[in-house]
Amino acid sequence: MKSILLNLAAAGLIGTGALLPAKKLNVVATTPDLASIAELIGGNAVDVKALAKPTEDAHFVDPKPSSIVTLNRADMLIDGGAELELGWLPALLQSARNPKIAAGAPGRVSASQGIRLLEIPTTFDRSKGDVHALGNPHFLIDPVNARTVAGRIAAQLSQIDPANAAKYNANLKAFEARMDAKLAEWQKQLAPYAGAKVVTYHKDFPYLAARFKLDVVETLEPKPGIAPSPAHLAEVITTMKAKGAKLIFVQPFQNRKTAETVARQTGATILDLAQQPGAVKGTATYFDMMDYIVTTIADALRKAA
Amino acid sequence: MKRIVLAAIALPFLSAHAARAQDGPADAQASRPGAYMNVSFVGLTDFAWSTEPRVRSLWLGDHDPRVRGFSIPNAELALDGHVDPYFQAFANIAYKLDENGETGVELEEMYALTTSLPHNLQLKAGQFFAEFGRQNTQHPHSWGFGDQPLILNRVFGPEGLRSQGVRASWLAPTPFYTEVMVGVMNASGETAYSFRSDESAEIHGGVPLDSAVAGVGDLLYVPRVAVSFDLSDTQTLLIGASAALGPNNSGPDATTKIFGGDLYYKWKATTGSKGFPFVTLQAEAITRRYDTELRPALDGGLDLPAETFKDDGGYAQILWGIKPLVVAGVRGEFVNARGAAFQSELRTDRYRISPNVTWYPTEFSKLRLQYNYDHREAVGGDHSLLAQVEFLLGAHAAHKF
Repeated sequence: MKSILLNLAAAGLIGTGALLPAKKLNVVATTPDLASIAELIGGNAVDVKALAKPTEDAHFVDPKPSSIVTLNRADMLIDGGAELELGWLPALLQSARNPKIAAGAPGRVSASQGIRLLEIPTTFDRSKGDVHALGNPHFLIDPVNARTVAGRIAAQLSQIDPANAAKYNANLKAFEARMDAKLAEWQKQLAPYAGAKVVTYHKDFPYLAARFKLDVVETLEPKPGIAPSPAHLAEVITTMKAKGAKLIFVQPFQNRKTAETVARQTGATILDLAQQPGAVKGTATYFDMMDYIVTTIADALRKAA
Repeated sequence: MKRIVLAAIALPFLSAHAARAQDGPADAQASRPGAYMNVSFVGLTDFAWSTEPRVRSLWLGDHDPRVRGFSIPNAELALDGHVDPYFQAFANIAYKLDENGETGVELEEMYALTTSLPHNLQLKAGQFFAEFGRQNTQHPHSWGFGDQPLILNRVFGPEGLRSQGVRASWLAPTPFYTEVMVGVMNASGETAYSFRSDESAEIHGGVPLDSAVAGVGDLLYVPRVAVSFDLSDTQTLLIGASAALGPNNSGPDATTKIFGGDLYYKWKATTGSKGFPFVTLQAEAITRRYDTELRPALDGGLDLPAETFKDDGGYAQILWGIKPLVVAGVRGEFVNARGAAFQSELRTDRYRISPNVTWYPTEFSKLRLQYNYDHREAVGGDHSLLAQVEFLLGAHAAHKF
C-alpha cells in the first residue's frame, strides 16, 4: 500500500486530487419533494437528505437530535417556508449553530419566497382554524411552482459551489425541459375533466386544483387543522350529493376512516394521493409522484364519468 | 416568595409589540421580515382537590395547585427572536397568583444565545434554567404531567434550578448527536435552592451564612453531556448525564453535589396524523449530597453538627398518544432522605403514582385530568385530583425533542 501511495505521489496525482472524488455538497431538505428537486438539480455533485419521512405530515415532524447533526453539517438547507415547518424547524436550527444555512445566507433556500401563495388571510384569528398567516404552504404540488423552486435551487447551488455551476445550470435546463413536456402531458390527461368536483381532507390541494382546473367543493376538516365533526360531515355529504363530487383526496397521515364514512354515504371514490415522493411505491422522484397523482385522478374521473 | 415587579416595564413593551403585530401576523420572523419578535402568552388554570386539606404540603412546586379549588399557577409571556446576525434572545416573564389572589411577576428567563460561533460552539448568557436532566429546562406548558416531579422539587426547589450566568455548549463531531455543556452560574438567590439560597435554612436548619463571591469556588457549575441515537425509522433515544456542583450556605466551605441521569425514548408511527400515535418514556434519577458544617441553629438552640444530607429519587413516566390529540400517561416516582440528625418536613420519604389523560382540542389549547396517589412516610396516603385548562395565544412555539 505504502509503495502504491509513494508512486501516486511521485506521479503528482495525490497533490492535485485528481484521483480523489470531489467532496459533495451536503444538501438538506425539510421534505422529500424538495429533496427530490434538489437531487435532480444537484446531480452527482450533492448528497441530499430529507428530514421528514415521505408518509409524515410536514407540519408535525419530530425535531430529533439526529436532525441537529444533519443540519450542523449542511452546506444548504431547503425549507418550504410559509409556516410549513414552524412547529419544529426553528428549534433544530437553534441547536444546529450553522451560519451557512441561516435565513438570508446563500446556503438557505426558503422555497415559498418568490411563489404566489394562495389563501393569504386578511385577518388573523385562530377561531378560523390553524390558518397560515403567509398563505397556504402546500404549493409544491403545482408543477409550475416546482419549476420556480428548481431555478432558485440551481442559482443558489451555483453561488455556494461555483466550480459546479455549469453542471447545475445544465441540470436545471434538463429539469425545465422535462417539466414543460410533462406539464403539457398532465394537462392533456386532465383537460377532459375541467371543472370536476372533488373533496379533500385538508386544504392541501388548492394549487393542484388551480393548475388543473379541478373544483374543491368541500374539505372534511371544517376548518384547517380542526378534526371533522359529525355535523360538518353531514354538510359535506349534502354538498357532495348536490354538486356531484365523486372523489375524496386523502394523504397517508390523514384519517382515512372519516373519508370512508363519507364515501359510503355518497358513493364517492377515495384517492390516496400522497404529496411526497416515496410515499407510494414507484414514486421515487417528484416527476414519478406527479405522474402517479395525475394518472390516479384522471383514471378515477374517467371511471366516474 | 421574593418577587421582581416587572409589570411596569413589561406591559408597555407588550403594547408596543401588539400594535406592530396588527400590521401582520405574529409569525416566525425567518419567513416574515418585519416581525422582529415572536410574542406568545400561555395561561394555565388548575382545579385541585385532595384528601390533604393543606394541599401545599403535597404540591410543593411553584406551578402546582395552591389551594383546594381553583389556582392560576402559571401565566407566561414569552418573547423571542433574532437580535442581529450573531445572537438570538429569549425572555419569559411569569405571572402567578398566590393563594390570596395576589399577583406576583417574575423574570423567569432572559438570555442571549450565539448563532454563529466557530467550532460548533454556542454560548448562552443571562438568567436561565440550568441544563440539568430533562424537565428542569422545560416550562410547564411542555410538561407531560400537571405538577413538578418530587425529586426535582427536592433538589432544585419549587421553581427549578435557574440562576444568572453563562453556558457553553459544544456539538461534538461524532456520527451521532453528542452535546457537551457547562453552565457557570451564581450560586446564590432563591432559585439556587440547594446552594446559597436564602431559603436554605429549610434544608439544613441553620442560620444561612451570608457569603459574597470571592473566587471561582463560590460559583455553581452545571456540566452535562447528552447523546442520542435513532434506533430505527420510528424510534429515537436520548440519554444524558448531568451534575450541579457548588457551595451551600451552611458554612464557609460547605458544598452541595447533585448528580443525575436522564433518558427519553420516543416511538412515533410513520403514518400518523398530527404526530400521533406515539409512545414516550421519560425517566430521571437524581442524587444529592448536601454537606453541612457546624452551624448555629436558626431557632437559637444548640449548634447543629456537621453532617451530610443524602437525598435520592427519580421518576419514570410513559405517555401514549392514543389517537390525534389524546394522550394518556402514567408516572411513578419516589424520594428518599438519609443521613441527617436534623429532620425537615421537606425531606420526608415519599412516593407518588399519577395516571392522567390529556386532550388537546388543537395545538393551542389543552385539557388535562390527573389523579395522584401520594404516600408520605409517617403521614400515610393521600388522594388528589387535578384538572387543568391551558391556552396559548400568539406565535406558535417550536418544540424541542
